[in-house]
Amino acid sequence: MSAITLEIDGNKVQVTDGMTVLEAADNAGIFIPTLCHHDKLEPFGGCRLCIVEVEERGWTKMVVSCVYLAAEGLVVRTRSDKVDRIRKTILELLLAHAPDAEVLKELAQEYGADKDRFEKDPSFCIHCGLCVRYCAEVKQKFAVGFVDRGIRKEISFIPEIAARECNACKECFPLCPTSYLQAAFVLTESLAFPAQQKKSE
Amino acid sequence: MNIETVDEIIDKYRCEASYLIQIMLDIQSENHWLPNEALIRVSEKLEVPVARIQHIATFYKAFSLVPKGRHRVHICMGTACHVRGARRILDIVQDLTGIKPGETDLEMKYSLETVNCLGCCALGPVMEVDGKVHGKVIPGKAGDVLNKYE
Ligand code: SF4
Ligand code: FES
Repeated sequence: MSAITLEIDGNKVQVTDGMTVLEAADNAGIFIPTLCHHDKLEPFGGCRLCIVEVEERGWTKMVVSCVYLAAEGLVVRTRSDKVDRIRKTILELLLAHAPDAEVLKELAQEYGADKDRFEKDPSFCIHCGLCVRYCAEVKQKFAVGFVDRGIRKEISFIPEIAARECNACKECFPLCPTSYLQAAFVLTESLAFPAQQKKSE
Repeated sequence: MNIETVDEIIDKYRCEASYLIQIMLDIQSENHWLPNEALIRVSEKLEVPVARIQHIATFYKAFSLVPKGRHRVHICMGTACHVRGARRILDIVQDLTGIKPGETDLEMKYSLETVNCLGCCALGPVMEVDGKVHGKVIPGKAGDVLNKYE
């Protein structure tokens, strides 16, 4: 694989072809905030928080760094007024759903996001897909998936599979940025396989 | 819906996972809804996770995961019908049947659905029952339309 050189926040960075801008920044020790990215999972591009500004052949545009490939001569700015403004709005939108999520609160402070800017709609899940993708890609159990779409999209456990697999695994639990996953699991468990719950206690 | 029919549909598409949506559509049109057993069967034979099938089944409005009633009531909420009072027609139909869009009543008589333009705006407000269009429905007459169906 050939090496490419790009510039991130004024630093020349060398990476191999095929790497994303996020990976390139990570290699150079430059931090870009993410919510839906996970090293073991395929790039997803769901949360948009990792947005950065890139300049290529004189054109500037906003791209999502976890799915945008690094290219020779690319100039990347991981922080700028525009980047910060977009991240702030993204956070404010997410906070309308999960106002008490620690991860979001910390980021909100960094970007000056106001958790009360938008009317609250506490659905708690922010659709990062970490649980769904981890179960599918790493564990290959498909015990949890998304259902519905748009504003009604939510996660849903498949009770038959969850009853068999989840209690012994729970590896996705710490991945959830809002803890909604745990709540959804307990709910599924008490509705669909409560007897088993008692036994394991 | 018996499992043989499901198998026949699956076999028609040579058990290929890339035909998943087509298979689901066939089951839907054969049975008017997608029972869990059928979906599990499809999942096993096509080797596609149930979670994936569930996502698709809930994503597209063409699929239903609940049984459908004998009569399918569609109320048009398109712009033209909307300004001509579709909302009131919907409210009345909801009151009379006791169900909301997407639901089926306990007697399995009606399934209610809203649609966004049936293409005959000049007849608005329009309600369609079992494919038959009833145009220029006035709120007081919505009940009469429903009563035509047993
Ligand atoms: S439940 Fe948590 S981990 Fe799963 S998609 Fe929602 S926010 Fe992400
Ligand atoms: S980390 Fe890039 S979109 Fe979520």
